[in-house]
Amino acid sequence: MKRFFYEILESLHIAIAQIRANKTRAALTALGVIIGIVAVTMMGTAIMGINAGVDKSLSGFGDDILYVGKWPWRQIDDWWNFRNRPVISSRYAEEVNAWIAAHPGSPLKLAVPVDARNSTVMRGENRVENIYTAGTTADMARITKSEMKEGRFFSEVESQAGRNVCVIGYDVADALFPNESPIGKTVRISGQTFEVIGVPARQGSFLGLFSWDSMAMMPLSAYHHYFATSGDSSELRVQVDQTRMDQARDDLRGLMRRLRGLGPEYPDNFEINEQNAIRDQLNKIEYWIMIAGFGITGLALFVGAIGIMNITYVSVKERTREIGTRKALGARRRTILLQFVIEATAISLIGGMFGVGLTQGISGVLKAASPTFPLVFSFWLVAGALLASVITGIASGFAPAWTASKLDPVVALRYE
Amino acid sequence: MISSPESTSPRAYRQPGELVIHIADVTKLYRMGSEIIHALRGVSLQIHRNEYLAIMGPSGSGKSTLMNMLGCLDTPTSGLYEFNRKNVAAMVDDELADIRNREIGFVFQTFNLLPRSDALHNVELPLIYAGVRPAERHNRALQALENVGLGNRIHHKPNELSGGQRQRVAIARALVNRPSIILADEPTGNLDSKTGVEIMALFEDLYAQGNTLIVVTHEEEIARHARRIVRLRDGLIESDQRTD
Repeated sequence: MKRFFYEILESLHIAIAQIRANKTRAALTALGVIIGIVAVTMMGTAIMGINAGVDKSLSGFGDDILYVGKWPWRQIDDWWNFRNRPVISSRYAEEVNAWIAAHPGSPLKLAVPVDARNSTVMRGENRVENIYTAGTTADMARITKSEMKEGRFFSEVESQAGRNVCVIGYDVADALFPNESPIGKTVRISGQTFEVIGVPARQGSFLGLFSWDSMAMMPLSAYHHYFATSGDSSELRVQVDQTRMDQARDDLRGLMRRLRGLGPEYPDNFEINEQNAIRDQLNKIEYWIMIAGFGITGLALFVGAIGIMNITYVSVKERTREIGTRKALGARRRTILLQFVIEATAISLIGGMFGVGLTQGISGVLKAASPTFPLVFSFWLVAGALLASVITGIASGFAPAWTASKLDPVVALRYE
Repeated sequence: MISSPESTSPRAYRQPGELVIHIADVTKLYRMGSEIIHALRGVSLQIHRNEYLAIMGPSGSGKSTLMNMLGCLDTPTSGLYEFNRKNVAAMVDDELADIRNREIGFVFQTFNLLPRSDALHNVELPLIYAGVRPAERHNRALQALENVGLGNRIHHKPNELSGGQRQRVAIARALVNRPSIILADEPTGNLDSKTGVEIMALFEDLYAQGNTLIVVTHEEEIARHARRIVRLRDGLIESDQRTD
């Protein structure tokens, strides 16, 4: 065992000397591995960045909320089957809450109605368009995960009185009130004047996902007063006990069917969505990015492996006499095998490390160029990349090393 | 026939010790395409500890084949080969490697040093394969280099040494594992005559210190240093004589 250890050290020593003596050759050989490792680590960095970005974007929505709406969040091909469903009227919220009060053991906790549309928010001449404008109740503050940056959410009293107050998102506030606090000032939403009473903390947006940053919220009765009543984008947000998600779905579904008066022969004419649906969609996208990434990586590593194999064969040929000498001095087959495998692995590993370094450099440049693009560089990614290069090295070095180990010492010593 | 009246210096002759190499009726066949070459046709030879032996013969005589076999680089097609009473003919590659490592010190015509390693590392190499601890390895390699007069050249690379110095490094490498025999293949073949004389003087010292030397050569002058000369012709031993 001790001998084996010394042999490994000797092989490392030789490998390093060999690479230093043939720097250009080693660098060209490692190119394939470098490209492969850059591909896989860039992909990993991007995917983890996307995940982080999505998590942040979704953080405003609680994991413990079920969304009752007309449309499912998944992709559908038969939209005509959903178009004629009745809208989710905001009055269901009161009935659901009444049911919750009557069933304290239920996993359902609180229902909040949200009626929404897109509108233009103006302040004087300044305007921001396509702002998600929602009417809701004061309960919204209780089920959202967002903190307030300044001001507050509207109160129960304001909510019920339908006062012209609103909470605007960070980006809206930033656009209309640069360098000043919007609290106590007024904005015009579709021609109506509202007093701004709060701005939630910035959440950031990603991949066009809905963001709290570009919205305006007002009491439901004010919304109904000025805008349409419940419409296509009306929904119920129901906070539930997260540990009993399935039961919560069942309870809510049964309750909705009863409220809708649906007999057992009729299908649901509403949809219960949850945040995971968005995640599922994204996971599917990430899955394909990953497949593509692994494809590129696999191809690059394969090409790299062939390059390393080739150069190791050249190295074996060049050093046939040395192999003969080593065998004459007592090197066993395994010693020679090890030497060339380690040499191939060293080239590959150095390529891998260089690739990881390159990725870090590229991410650095990307971060500097666009700070909002989320990139996450993880230890596991680095470890995985280095492991991949080691495996590539071993796999590509093995065949030539095997040839070397099988050389007849007599023939090898005579080799010119 | 060789006589030794012109042998100059009075030469010490040491009584040979126990049997190291025992070869009996060894043959070796090579297949060259469709042709079968009989490199050895039945060779018998006994070599004892502390002998100084020269093997001579023209090319094609089977000299190289015999040397490879003595060096455990090759095994016979038929016949008996015992090294220190162990049957070499039946050994597999790794066992042969271990015998070479422990029992045989090779000296090559072309030195065969590792070009990128210094003298010390070159001499340490057999000890690495023997699994010797680094500290002991270093000391023994240093000692071996001092014995051949290169104690002040240990960190020189082969290309920074003269031919004679390179061959001394190779000899130190052959000695470092205290082998049973030292097998030198044309050790002066790549050296000028003056340096060759120095190397042969070193061999004389090694013999005097109790080492067993086998020198393969085609030069009478070199062979004459040995105490016994074995001549091969056409795969057979033509003569086997003491020179003193």
